[in-house]
Amino acid sequence: MTRKKRTALALLATCLALAGAPVRASDLKVVMESRLGNLDPILSASHQTRDHGYLIYDTLFGLDASQAVQPQMVESYTVSQDGKVYSFRLRDGLTWHDGKPVTAADVVASIKRWGQRDRMGMALTSITTDLAAPDDRTFALTLSQASGVVLEAFAKPSGVPLFIMPARVAATPVTEAITDYTGSGPFVFKASAYQPGVRAIYEKNPRYVPRSEAPSWFAGAKVAKVDRIERIEMPDPLTAVNALNSGEIDYLQNINVDLMPLVQTSEVTTRRLDALGYQVGYRLNHLQPPFTDKRVRQAALWAIGQGEIMQAQFGDPAHYSLCGAAFGCGLPYASDVSAAMVMTADPAKAKALLAEARYDGTPVGLIHISDIPSLSSVAPVMAQQLRAAGFKVELQAMDFMTMLSRRANQGPVSAGGWSIFVTSWHNTEIQDPLRNFMIVAEGKGSYAGWADVPQIGALTREFLTAKTQDERKAIAGRIQGIAYDEGVFAPLGSFARVSGVRKEIEGVLDAPANIFWNISKKGG
Amino acid sequence: MLGYLARRVAMTLPVMGVVALIVFALLHLAPGDPASIMAGDAASPAELAEIRARLGLDAPLAVQFVTWLGQILQGNLGLSLHSHKPVAEMIGSRLGPTFSLAVATVTVSLLVAIPMGVYAAWRRGRLSDRLVMAVAVLGFSTPVFVVGYGLIYLLSLKAGWFPVQGFTALTTDPVRFLRTATLPTLTLSTVYIALVARITRSSVLEVLGEDFVRTARAKGVPEARIVLRHALRNAAVPIVTVVGSGAAFLIGGVVVTESVFNIPGLGRLVVESVLARDYPLIQSLILLLSLVYILINLAVDVLYTVFDPRIRY
Amino acid sequence: MSALTTTGSAPRRAGRLLPRGSGLSACAALVLLVIGLSALVGPLVIAADPLHIDPVNRLKLPSAAFWFGTDAMGRDVFARVVYGARTSLLVGLASAALSLVLGTLIGLLAGYFRLLDGIVMRVMDGIMAIPSIVLAVALVAVTGANLGTVLLAIVLPDFPRVVRLVRGVILGLRQEAYVEAAVSLATPTWRILLRHMLPNTLAPLIVQGSFLVASAVLTEAVLSFLGVGLPPEVPSWGNVIAEGRTYFQIRPGLIFFPGLFLALTVLNINLIGDALRDALDPKLATRR
Repeated sequence: MTRKKRTALALLATCLALAGAPVRASDLKVVMESRLGNLDPILSASHQTRDHGYLIYDTLFGLDASQAVQPQMVESYTVSQDGKVYSFRLRDGLTWHDGKPVTAADVVASIKRWGQRDRMGMALTSITTDLAAPDDRTFALTLSQASGVVLEAFAKPSGVPLFIMPARVAATPVTEAITDYTGSGPFVFKASAYQPGVRAIYEKNPRYVPRSEAPSWFAGAKVAKVDRIERIEMPDPLTAVNALNSGEIDYLQNINVDLMPLVQTSEVTTRRLDALGYQVGYRLNHLQPPFTDKRVRQAALWAIGQGEIMQAQFGDPAHYSLCGAAFGCGLPYASDVSAAMVMTADPAKAKALLAEARYDGTPVGLIHISDIPSLSSVAPVMAQQLRAAGFKVELQAMDFMTMLSRRANQGPVSAGGWSIFVTSWHNTEIQDPLRNFMIVAEGKGSYAGWADVPQIGALTREFLTAKTQDERKAIAGRIQGIAYDEGVFAPLGSFARVSGVRKEIEGVLDAPANIFWNISKKGG
Repeated sequence: MLGYLARRVAMTLPVMGVVALIVFALLHLAPGDPASIMAGDAASPAELAEIRARLGLDAPLAVQFVTWLGQILQGNLGLSLHSHKPVAEMIGSRLGPTFSLAVATVTVSLLVAIPMGVYAAWRRGRLSDRLVMAVAVLGFSTPVFVVGYGLIYLLSLKAGWFPVQGFTALTTDPVRFLRTATLPTLTLSTVYIALVARITRSSVLEVLGEDFVRTARAKGVPEARIVLRHALRNAAVPIVTVVGSGAAFLIGGVVVTESVFNIPGLGRLVVESVLARDYPLIQSLILLLSLVYILINLAVDVLYTVFDPRIRY
Repeated sequence: MSALTTTGSAPRRAGRLLPRGSGLSACAALVLLVIGLSALVGPLVIAADPLHIDPVNRLKLPSAAFWFGTDAMGRDVFARVVYGARTSLLVGLASAALSLVLGTLIGLLAGYFRLLDGIVMRVMDGIMAIPSIVLAVALVAVTGANLGTVLLAIVLPDFPRVVRLVRGVILGLRQEAYVEAAVSLATPTWRILLRHMLPNTLAPLIVQGSFLVASAVLTEAVLSFLGVGLPPEVPSWGNVIAEGRTYFQIRPGLIFFPGLFLALTVLNINLIGDALRDALDPKLATRR
């Protein structure tokens, strides 16, 4: 071997040495459904970002498995007689990852940033007259009107959960992403080891003081029982199942239902960790023909039926359920007002409505998101149903990111616009009129679809300040009826994903988000 | 020689300039909107406008181009729209797998293809020649992902010799590296083997027809010695050329292969960034891959003078 | 620039694919004819609709009812593969034709007019320095996936090679006596270009064209496979393969049937291209 060759080989070896870092066998290795992109859980409503948030941030309150609000960072709180002044006291031992104590000022700054972004937070901000921290341990919220949903808003796990960040981080404008990932949660994010699209590393936070109650959903003790969590990105569902079978990973958030036969049940337990699941739904564009005509919108709702769509998407009825409730089935504000309109396909009724409206064949631009596996069959089947009812349909395939830019286009279909888009929300995100984006009907400046039905907004405000649960329930039912009648949106049913966990993993908690405290690894 | 080298390097500069212009035009004349990508699912029109202003997207295109070029030249590739990490860092963390895959592929290809080509030339016109060449054509015509899935099906799923997908770095676990890198390397090698085997065969044939070979034969030099000594040596220039120009196939193949085998390298980063419309990342990746390609071909030109002293510039 | 000039025309430079007279080109023509015919007539003959979604019959194995089985939406894979032949060949032929026309036009002008030559060729060098798959992927992704952008994504990286080829021929011809004679007789430039120059480029263009078709068919499949090709409901071989990836382990046919057709098509076009080269352009054929 010549000297040159040896030098070349040494160089090569160095390059290869830089290619990967060693991994420890005791790590918990998890694979989630899609990749972690944005790391700002206030800016992004992505569930991957939210689950990242639950690892490193703590919340003031947490929902427990009975959906009751339980204090988490808060030790105690009081509400004034008129329901307008809330006063909170933080519990002992709260520290940031850098060792500094969590103060009430941090909390106030965090609430303010969240209140500009989250739909429920914005509603709360609109009736807030004062938010202040009299001392390091206490903060107070003063409202102009009493509201029954303050604690729910602070505790809710979806949409944008109220994660508490240091005041310096929470000072970031809400249009800009945070770059400092200091939290006070049970795990610490190793920002230096983060490789987007490859892996993210979380280490146990030795300073975290858990509550004494038993863990339940987002409430109770958050005990980190593994030293390190390695989140690995595997874009291909098949690879992920094989990796789970072979023990290369310990936890797989989503097993593609068609790949269930491949799962080695001797090694892996499959479970629905999040039984609440997701609502699939679609919104119509009210600004452009053909959906400028209310009867044509109604025709579309009648033309589309849930059964065929969910069957094509999920194959086995065990993996989905049909549901005509705008605010989720089996949830507090479930209602069956006008449910038949969104559940069953009735092409005859749709045809009659189209004839009445003198539908002129203006094509329906149906956006088909092709890169989200849980939505891949929805739009094609919808197109087939709409065509069967006499609609002319242009199926516009695009990936999710393109959809975001395309959806902002308010022009006609012929000029890059659209008529229908399909999306999914977690059931906890749509379970009441305040957090539900699908019912939003506040015209051109609001959520895509741009329906302008002031009645829905008025009823939503009534909901915010309603005194009793019965009152709220009645209001929710009325909103649902109006939303369907006006063709603002329609639900398509709901599904819950199946997760897979290796047999040597213990203590995995059910919750409507993926949480990693309390999990331990045998022999790890 | 040095003068030639300097001229040759200088010639690549305008090419890089044109590449930069194309890349910029490609992404800025396109209808996609980086602001709506950053703002996410529930952004309001007002927020979008604010983000656009902050990113400088409302400045005239010429100004944006000059600003961007200036930053690139200073080594500032910008931040990813999604992860907000420096693009250079993201690319850097993906170099390892792609580099080891490319090196392994070129090595394997040359080791397999040159003997194949020489053998075919030596047995020209016979059945074994046709067979070897048929394999080469097949390798060139079969899409990389079909080869990949074929290998996975036979050697992973049926035989169980290799893991289905995934990648382990050499330094993490050398044995596992070999197990995970074998199939992607074979997959990527098919095109290269086909190219190199064919060029080897035809150049060896060409040399075998020349006068000095005839003379050597007449003098009774053994055929094997003629093929290995004279023919192969003279075939080096075309082989090096094909390895250089084939780098384009290699880069394209890397994109597909890393996607088939889920290897976290540059190729998968290209697909990820494109699907996520991460414009700064896409721009830098195209620039980098083009630069690599240009440099490889520069190296090839320089190698000519080494292999073939007759070439003078 | 010697190295860059060889880009992409590797099959040509690499010499003949197979020894002459193997009877393979006849065989290749036959296979291509069958694939071409099925693309042309197949859709008229088979009853199955490649777009029809059948939620009840998802992921079926091949059977008498579904020869190649069904995909995850219950669509007939056989129908999709047959219609896919139409898509792939259409994309292949159309983009090759576009590349040839555009490349010839620019090549003629660049080769004849010295002033244009420098600028045009620098731009072509720039385009050719970007690895073609990467350029195509980025192009489709930013402009949105449809037939037009896919064609553009294939043509843009390909046509500079045609420009280079034509320009080379023209540069050589300019020195020829009959061209100089025509120029001195004040023959209109367009006439010189069309009458005296264009015909000389035909033979190499036909050969180059066949390889362009093969590479375009491949590129379309790769783009669709990576998720940035034609819209997913369009039956194309790449799309069928892309949609079958997830189910590969339980339904390998979803990848193998379209993959087989794809490989056969490309292989045979390459073989025909070789035969064409031998017939039309003896200078390019390698010595035996």
